[in-house]
Amino acid sequence: MPPRKQHSSLRDLVDHRHVLVCCGTGGVGKTTTAAALAIEGARRGRRTVVVTIDPAKRLANALGLDELSNTPKEIDRDRWDPTGTAPEGGRLFALMLDTEGTFDQLVAKYALSGEQAETILENRFYRNIAGALSGTQEYMAMEKLYELHDSDAFDLIVVDTPPTRHALDFLDAPKRLTRMLDNRVFRMLMVPASTAMRIGGFAATALLKTISRVVGTEVVDDVVAFFRAFEGMEQGFRDRASQVTELLGSTDTAFVLITSPRHDAVEEAEFFAERLVEGQYSVDALIVNRVHPRFTEESPDDLRARAADTTATSPALADRLRNLADFEAIARHERDELAGLEARVGDAPVTYVPELGRDVHDFAALHAVGAHLAGGG
Amino acid sequence: MDLERFCAASKVVIVAGKGGVGKTTVTAALASAAAAAGMSVLIVEVEGKSGLAACFGEAPLTYEEAELRPNLRARTLTPDDALLEYLDDHGMRRISRRLSRSGALDVVATAVPGMRDILVLGKVKQLEKAGVADLIVLDAPAAGHAVSFLLSARGLLDAVKVGPVNRQAAEVVELLSDPRRCRVMLVTLPEETPVNELVDTAYAIEDRAGVALTPVVVNSCMPVLNGFSSDAGHARAQAAALAAHDRAHGPGIDADLAVALADAESFRAGVQERQAAQCVRLAQRLPLPQVRLPYLFTSELGPAGLDLLATELTAGIATLDDGLVP
Repeated sequence: MPPRKQHSSLRDLVDHRHVLVCCGTGGVGKTTTAAALAIEGARRGRRTVVVTIDPAKRLANALGLDELSNTPKEIDRDRWDPTGTAPEGGRLFALMLDTEGTFDQLVAKYALSGEQAETILENRFYRNIAGALSGTQEYMAMEKLYELHDSDAFDLIVVDTPPTRHALDFLDAPKRLTRMLDNRVFRMLMVPASTAMRIGGFAATALLKTISRVVGTEVVDDVVAFFRAFEGMEQGFRDRASQVTELLGSTDTAFVLITSPRHDAVEEAEFFAERLVEGQYSVDALIVNRVHPRFTEESPDDLRARAADTTATSPALADRLRNLADFEAIARHERDELAGLEARVGDAPVTYVPELGRDVHDFAALHAVGAHLAGGG
Repeated sequence: MDLERFCAASKVVIVAGKGGVGKTTVTAALASAAAAAGMSVLIVEVEGKSGLAACFGEAPLTYEEAELRPNLRARTLTPDDALLEYLDDHGMRRISRRLSRSGALDVVATAVPGMRDILVLGKVKQLEKAGVADLIVLDAPAAGHAVSFLLSARGLLDAVKVGPVNRQAAEVVELLSDPRRCRVMLVTLPEETPVNELVDTAYAIEDRAGVALTPVVVNSCMPVLNGFSSDAGHARAQAAALAAHDRAHGPGIDADLAVALADAESFRAGVQERQAAQCVRLAQRLPLPQVRLPYLFTSELGPAGLDLLATELTAGIATLDDGLVP
């Protein structure tokens, strides 16, 4: 079990941690938050890189990312520090994860020969794994994180995570993929040398025949060819997976949980917090995006009662009272929704980002969000 | 057009949209509206999420159908369940569990991209053919996954040229490309990024997947209150005047409350204006009629809110032109 981390403010995390992993379910503003935190890191003088996954077009454009990239691209200082007030050392880089390209590099790295790498890269089954397998994107996000960490080129790495059904799939992704690469049934076919293996091989062959009947022999041939070509590389992948796990568990890494105050998002976030703790990680900060503003302390019921009283004399005033009641009601709902989640994350700092009523995709807006996040003290 | 006619246009409606836009809400609202109009409805949920049953105030769905309301049943249909059922149906009951346990199924599903999607859609097709309901509403996986979900059948036809999977894919393509059997209902929010993504998804679905689209649903539109001003200063002056007038008639509204009323007013008016602008932008970029559902000022949809949305959806569809149905 890794040593427990001291809980500190979000600003401390931006100032002192090496890795910030932004996690949460889809549609809660994860990518935007990751970008805002990275800008804040650069503005506070750190050499920062943000790894984004599938950003909305306008955000990608704002970050100067026109296409998937495997290497971080530096963003002009003028754009994130227009007033020229950030400390000298601050730099900002961004990268839009290229899942297939990252996987290809990994294969090339662990292949025992150029020939082996080529056979794998051309295999159709491999292309499916690299391009479409659920979990690959998660795995490659973590792989890219490790690579950036290993390069020693950055003080702060902010990484977005894919919007998977269960927002924490990325924690298991390296293990899941290596498990698949280790698949027993297919592995048995590779080396039918010993008698024992041959018995296993017969069973496996029968199984493959069945599978071929359903999906066709062509597909099965691709799979068998892939496992054959992959022979000898599994150990490299396994080692890398454990290095990634170690980095995620280190005290240099902070998990930032992002949610919206909507019931379903909060439920996912609670589940996520639970899983992080089970995995012996911790939630180091909670960010709640798009919280409705509060305009009053009066209760919605009182306001509605007054609206009813004034409907006859002043319908315009009654409309405004009901409107205020509606906003106060939603603000209270949201507060109730979040109470349980806040308790679950313990001492971790909680930051509310108000509903701005518009999209955040330019530097001015991102900076405003980042400053708000880091301003929490 | 009345709701029955709208729903009768195709037996399967696939509700799709980016995460967080309220796809599940719209699925539930459409299904309840149709059931209330007397049709028998089956909801199919493909991701095993609990939200759908919760808005009916019911326990989470399972692979077995459950009755949520009169005329309205619901079930999950996850790819793993669908695959086991498929293997069972194709004389492989004996090995299906073993395949599943050994992880070989994962390998096969990876070897054949779209396999999981085709199993789900294949099962939907089977339900449609069996006539299990007048209307089947499918809560699709989140977009951009929605596009690949709908494209997978065509992709599979090329990848697997023989055997039962090929047959299955061919039948699914047939279902998807027949607007009298299947349509996609896209959902978005009246905000910039969701509108952009909806437009891209709509063209991808029509052009690449060849599936017909229903009018789009714009969810969570702030109901318009007339006379509200988005100008904070103006709103404050107006609220102060209203409060002064009210004070003349009774105990009245103090200055603090007047400010709160004004700030809530200008906030709401600002949202209304931005949302209206996004609806206009959507109309300019995508020539499909829009049905708008109101924002409900609650963080969790329950049965009462759902009834309201179903009524609004019915009313919204009633304003549509009859010519929209093929």
